[in-house]
Amino acid sequence: MAEVLVYVDHVDGAVRKPTLELLTLARRLGTPVAVALGAGAGNTAAQLGEHGAEKVLVHEAAEYAEYLVVPKVEALQAAVEAVSPAAVLVPSSAEGKEIAARLALRIGSGIITDAVDLEAGDEGPVVTQSVFAASYTTKSRVTKGTPVVTVKPNSAPVEAAPAAGAVEQLAVSFSDKATGTKITSRTPRESTGRPELTEAAIVVSGGRGVGGAENFRLIEELADSLGAAVGASRAAVDAGWYPHTNQVGQTGKTVSPQLYIATGISGAIQHRAGMQTSKTIVAINKDPEAPIFDLVDYGVVGDLFEVVPQLTEQIKARKG
Amino acid sequence: MSLRIVVTVKYVPDATGDRHFADDLTVDRDDVDGLLSELDEYAVEQALQIKENADDDVEVTVLTVGPEDAKDALRKALSMGADKAIHVEDDDLHGTDAIGTSLVLAKAIEKAGYDLVISGMASTDGTMGVVPALLAERLGVPQVTLLSEVSVEDGTVTGRRDGDAASEQLQASLPAVVSVTDQSGEARYPSFKGIMAAKKKPVESWDLSDLDIDADEVGLEGAWTKVEEAAERPARSAGTIVKDEGEGGKQLAEFLASQKFI
Repeated sequence: MAEVLVYVDHVDGAVRKPTLELLTLARRLGTPVAVALGAGAGNTAAQLGEHGAEKVLVHEAAEYAEYLVVPKVEALQAAVEAVSPAAVLVPSSAEGKEIAARLALRIGSGIITDAVDLEAGDEGPVVTQSVFAASYTTKSRVTKGTPVVTVKPNSAPVEAAPAAGAVEQLAVSFSDKATGTKITSRTPRESTGRPELTEAAIVVSGGRGVGGAENFRLIEELADSLGAAVGASRAAVDAGWYPHTNQVGQTGKTVSPQLYIATGISGAIQHRAGMQTSKTIVAINKDPEAPIFDLVDYGVVGDLFEVVPQLTEQIKARKG
Repeated sequence: MSLRIVVTVKYVPDATGDRHFADDLTVDRDDVDGLLSELDEYAVEQALQIKENADDDVEVTVLTVGPEDAKDALRKALSMGADKAIHVEDDDLHGTDAIGTSLVLAKAIEKAGYDLVISGMASTDGTMGVVPALLAERLGVPQVTLLSEVSVEDGTVTGRRDGDAASEQLQASLPAVVSVTDQSGEARYPSFKGIMAAKKKPVESWDLSDLDIDADEVGLEGAWTKVEEAAERPARSAGTIVKDEGEGGKQLAEFLASQKFI
């Protein structure tokens, strides 16, 4: 059976959830072979093996943390040459898409980004995407070379599928192009203790109606009662009320959780683009004409400063 | 010393319009008004700021690949303050994918001459966000992308890249390819004077033969990917809407419980 390369997104050996979802998709196409790079790469094997990786190609080098993107491209290229895979799957993060694009060009292959589903087909993988602010669903194929596909978080379930997870060292030699862009410093984000926005099962977002940075505490309390991530509309981010990393929408993150709760968000196209593939959508807004109500499974027309605290209290009471 | 900046821009269908696919499954450009992609305005803005802050001569060229109407996007960038424009237009370009677009842009950038390329973070129609990385790969120069802050000094570009896990400071020697995010600073509005001045600024038109590109390397036939189906997403079925009369939070909690979220 053909092998399928999966690029591993990990933090010091802890594999992030979207990579495990890629293993689920990779098993539809063939035998998953994972590629883990940088500090702690060797520690990913057990977790990857449990989820279907037959082999884990590992390379640790300082270059991955010291230079932008290109060292990872060169390692993945070495893996493609070593394995001759049927496809290469990469998580659809900002960096993942850059890595995938340069890899595709180097190996003379087409690339499809931001897949939300993937199936085996007679002529190679059939890739589903959600486009034009999620108003269309397309199915596409790579027609040249080894398909390179980036996949959005929450596109497939994480499944236990025990496999060997055998570690093999990947031989990589960097070209002078690999060291072109130096990372001179790195400041890790402070952890909020909440789930990653794009990976969360539940997202609670606040918009213009929240009215100020200090009022986001209400949104956070609701999120914490549900174990949810916190999002914000562009209006709230542009006003400086919440960090840009939490922005949901066309120029921020696209989320597709089981439950999306929009509070004080009118639902302009810019925002809908980032959330309308959510499974269940709930909104609280004082304007009954707000376009967000066209999307909802359940909507409350009312003052969020009344409704949100009551909801939080109810959830806490029900959860005991 | 002088600095030549090429800003790549895209003419896109208005994202607030009702966007559709044409029969050949390319983006239908006829039914929706087009404009300069909003995210490219940030690239133009940063180029102009670099020009304004430099002691040396800086020339800002805006470059687009697209149909006749794409000139509107160039005009907008010129009216913001760019010095000149290049329009690559050729009937054989219809349906070109990102890989093909990066080929055309890279050849045009090389022909124009450059020290720094500045792009937006993504287009607002395709939204792939891969063209800057592809340009760096094709041009063989450093990629300094997704910056929310950028500066150029003494032949070196530096900037801040805000990722999900960390914020990174990047540094590379020119020539280089930069992309900037919508956090890099609000783009200026063209002034009346700028709009008038733009009418006199030069716009060059190049076709594929000017760039030594064969027609079969681009277009729908030359694409390395193929859209096989495009279906409009069914409208979501109408939900329940209640008016809060003191019990809205409780009612919502009951709904969430009925859906097993709590």
